[in-house]
Amino acid sequence: MALLQIAEPGMSTEPHKHRLAVGIDLGTTNSLVATVRNSIAVCLADESGRSMLPSIVHYRADGSIDVGQSAVLAQASDPRNTIVSVKRFMGRGLKDVAHVETMPYDFEDSPGMVRLRTVQGVKSPVEVSAEILRVLRLRAEASLGGALDGAVITVPAYFDDAQRQATKDAARLAGLDVLRLLNEPTAAAVAYGLDNAAEGVYAVYDLGGGTFDLSILKLSRGVFEVLSTNGDAALGGDDFDHRLFCWALETSKQSPLSSSDSRRLQIKAREAKEQLTICEEAPIHLKLASGDEINLVITREKFAELTAHLVQKTLGPVRKALRDAGLGPEDIKGVVMVGGATRMPHIQRAVASYFGQEPLTNLDPDKVVALGAAMQANALVGNRKTEDDDWLLLDVIPLSLGLETMGGLVEKVVPRNATLPIARAQEFTTFKDGQTAMAFHVVQGERELVSDCRSLARFELRGIPPMVAGAARIRVAFQVDADGLLSVSAREMSSGVEASVLVKPSYGLSDDEIAGMLQAGVERAGDDMAARALREQQVEADRVIEATEQALAKDGALLDATERAHIDEVLAALRRLRDGDDHRAIKTGIDALARATDEFAARRMDSSIRSALTGHKIDEISV
Amino acid sequence: MGVTLSESAAKHVSTFIAKRGKGVGIRLGVKTSGCSGMAYKLEFVDEMHDEDLIFDSHGVKVIVDPKSLVYLEGTELDFVREGLNEGFKFNNPNVKDACGCGESFNV
Repeated sequence: MALLQIAEPGMSTEPHKHRLAVGIDLGTTNSLVATVRNSIAVCLADESGRSMLPSIVHYRADGSIDVGQSAVLAQASDPRNTIVSVKRFMGRGLKDVAHVETMPYDFEDSPGMVRLRTVQGVKSPVEVSAEILRVLRLRAEASLGGALDGAVITVPAYFDDAQRQATKDAARLAGLDVLRLLNEPTAAAVAYGLDNAAEGVYAVYDLGGGTFDLSILKLSRGVFEVLSTNGDAALGGDDFDHRLFCWALETSKQSPLSSSDSRRLQIKAREAKEQLTICEEAPIHLKLASGDEINLVITREKFAELTAHLVQKTLGPVRKALRDAGLGPEDIKGVVMVGGATRMPHIQRAVASYFGQEPLTNLDPDKVVALGAAMQANALVGNRKTEDDDWLLLDVIPLSLGLETMGGLVEKVVPRNATLPIARAQEFTTFKDGQTAMAFHVVQGERELVSDCRSLARFELRGIPPMVAGAARIRVAFQVDADGLLSVSAREMSSGVEASVLVKPSYGLSDDEIAGMLQAGVERAGDDMAARALREQQVEADRVIEATEQALAKDGALLDATERAHIDEVLAALRRLRDGDDHRAIKTGIDALARATDEFAARRMDSSIRSALTGHKIDEISV
Repeated sequence: MGVTLSESAAKHVSTFIAKRGKGVGIRLGVKTSGCSGMAYKLEFVDEMHDEDLIFDSHGVKVIVDPKSLVYLEGTELDFVREGLNEGFKFNNPNVKDACGCGESFNV
């Protein structure tokens, strides 16, 4: 028989009407599932009472699949078929993945997303993630006593459309109905109830096992905007373990250990680190295979000293994220701590002293993201009071959407953090006389150059009536629906010809990692400006060269040989400069060509006026 | 007689109220609906009504409205685990038959 949960006053549901919803933190190292029960968000544990499911999938030769704890050991025995940290491959091409050469996998660079050859055939990261999600779904259904109505799944704030779509696909494959994807820092803020707080700016400090992320969020009118993100993809709690491991080796003066001893000492180091969170000192005691013993005691103070540089290293991204957001530590209203490594007292002290306030630590930092996702899921399926409806968070565009314009520059049409659904339109025009077609290239990213952004789609508008350059008015409309699906349409206003494209983000077209792109967008603002100036001058040079060539072809007879030779020379000089990378030199060349053709232009004008007047009486001409 | 909580149910209710941060007790009730005629109501209580009856069970206030008490007289609320699932269960001596899921019943 069904077991009942306690409802909020007046909120008892009709029998069989309570909707089961969960929040899932699909993490790089560990994943969790949570739900709201008896009005309280809780993580759901497996039969052994463990909430955290290691994000590891082992494809066995006999056709069975192990997920989580049971796959942990296979990492050493069968590395090629044991996929860890699959999240790094979601929506990514082979060239987007860092350190491929050090990974034990057999990669296949298929178009779009990278794939992995395993003993059970070629698997895409979507399928591997789906195995993890399926285990969490089954756990949730067993715990809640019924099929799930929906799930909210969290993703890093810097995930782009392709990575988000890949996550949604994995959920669908696992039999989950995705109510919404939620940014991880936003979920953590929700768990702390910050969404009900007054408006303000919050920092989310997320130090996981192997990665560090810092997000600056701004809450206004029920929308969490991601103002900036920064981080270090190769810094996490594991580095603290490793530092302690090295210290134990040095202090005990042991020669290099066997790999089995080494692994055991690493485990001891981690245990000692965890103990130091509660105690002032912790023993590291290990009997080696050789019979020797390592017998040490580490104090909290010593550990803090050993790892001080690691703590300092997290503050770099903190400073950068604040700078990107144009804020100082004093502007931050609250700091949320996420990730098991933030339990270390000296990290909490460092964060408190940097921000000048105690960070929020009363929720379990390993669970806080899943708990926030569960609260959001509970609200989305309608298990909350109607007056709380405004509690619903709105989705935002994670990275700006725009179009390629002449010279490989990006014209942003929909800015980052715009709330969904959204429609934005902008007018463009033709570049050349008599141009009858226009190619549109839809891109996503924060950088100024198309080559630094992710390409989403291309389409063409044909049948534009021939007009002089700049006379056609082409209205391009971007529309993003509530599910994040983008459609772009272009319409020439005088003739009404139209073309459109529906963008289902295609995987792996990116050149750069988006995580880097967000920060790079600000870090490299200087480079971008120079690049932009160069492209602008190149475009201008092309325009001037083409106009001069046309004029020479048409009215070259107006020039004598010397004049013609001079213009040709200046023209050739500009062509050479145009291919260089000095925008100032190109500008000089353009100016030189303008001066050289001044007289020629005047003569052309006279000549065209003469021909226009020929055969007309003076009074026929109105001025 | 009245309505009681098992020790386990009382312990869990107190924990939930503490975590929720407010609430004077728990309301047990019935309403007419569901596939077998009646359905249980189980809610936190922030405000009591004048006609409410209050039973004290293992230190937890159990609140029942007089109309519901007719159907609940002698009921014990238990907290049980079934595999990974856990929750509250009404042990109601008045029930003649219940629908398979146990969410609604007949007296």
